[in-house]
Amino acid sequence: MMKTKITVAVSGLNNVDSPGPGIPVIRGIRESKFFESRIVGLVYENLEPGAYMHDHVDKSYKVPYPSEGRGILMERIRDIHAKESIHVLIPNFDSELYVFIKAASELKRLGIHTFLPTLQQFEERHKSNLPEFGEKYHVKVPKSRAITHIKELKELGEDYEYPMVIKGKFYDASIAYSFEQAQIYFNKIAFKWGLPIIVQEYIRGTEVNVVALGDGRGNTIGAVPMKKQYITDKGKAWSGITLDDPKMLELTHHIIGQTQWRGGMELELIRTDNKELYLIEINPRLPAWVYLAVGAGQNLPEALIKLALGYPVEPFTTYSVGILFIRYSYDMICSLEDFKSLTIRGEL
Amino acid sequence: MKLKKNIAISETGFVFDPTTGDSYTLNSVGMEILSLLKEGLSREAISTKILEKYDVEKGVLERYLYDFLGQLKQYQLIEEDDEN
Repeated sequence: MMKTKITVAVSGLNNVDSPGPGIPVIRGIRESKFFESRIVGLVYENLEPGAYMHDHVDKSYKVPYPSEGRGILMERIRDIHAKESIHVLIPNFDSELYVFIKAASELKRLGIHTFLPTLQQFEERHKSNLPEFGEKYHVKVPKSRAITHIKELKELGEDYEYPMVIKGKFYDASIAYSFEQAQIYFNKIAFKWGLPIIVQEYIRGTEVNVVALGDGRGNTIGAVPMKKQYITDKGKAWSGITLDDPKMLELTHHIIGQTQWRGGMELELIRTDNKELYLIEINPRLPAWVYLAVGAGQNLPEALIKLALGYPVEPFTTYSVGILFIRYSYDMICSLEDFKSLTIRGEL
Repeated sequence: MKLKKNIAISETGFVFDPTTGDSYTLNSVGMEILSLLKEGLSREAISTKILEKYDVEKGVLERYLYDFLGQLKQYQLIEEDDEN
């Protein structure tokens, strides 16, 4: 079969010890039997490894942080688009999603397709909105509250007992066993990620996760459940295994069906000893372990591109159970020329 | 007492629970007991089979079997509802 040639722009190329999903997404795209893709990397830092991984990324461009404003970022995207004729853009950072969701129509006018959650979907699944989300969609969630001042930790009352989880609005979570610890984590996370800080009830059990893709009409195109087998000190999976858990899939279908979820997502769940599932977080994008789904038979990045371009996509119905991923680190030898090119010219 | 249906047991003694993602390794006697459980044998029938095959005192076997089945239960490899 002749493959369809496309150009895909991908961010999240920080393939470091707390990796972004960019490279795993690209690996899925590279394995597509349908598309032959030119991959354009969008990087924020000079040392994002993906920019130097020439087997995976054909060309990389530095882009300004979304915090510098949508206008500046879009100007840069337009420049890159003029050179590269991008068909699909897959942003992979939580912190850039808002900007790209807001810019989706403008991107489409330029001919750049995305397949992102709607702004409503993006907003209502925020950690700070989790209680309302649980109530609206009939999903078990831990009690949680967004706070903006450290003194509010003292005013939480009897609803919140220690241990409790202190979370950043985008990233980071720590379990605090005392008020003193909670204060330390509040300051640490607020300094790094800003306010609000989310205080969440600690649910005892095992963390399990699902990577899934919704078509925006309530259908689940694919879903693969996983348990982390080895977790780094940053709480990231270094190894994981696919599970056979109909209840996790049922919950995923329920959430995607109810919310009409559009795009990739990761569900973070706690399975208690009573086998109840609590939703603790929805990440509104494919996670860094998405390549496990590809390895288990569901090429979700390829399916996402098809959805973005309007191709019909049949939902995946199976995946292999008991497939593992084990992450590894690898020292690339890179030329000074490459580093210089990205630093000075903003492209590589 | 019944082994959970979807538990995968390999001949080498590797046991995988696909619901939890946990895996275990067993020695040959443990494997035999698990296989007998999978066939649907009761604790008494398993005990009789093992006593027939191995030179072991009944009291010692019963104690070890009790501990082993307790561990299987703790790891949720045995269906609790079907236990009698």
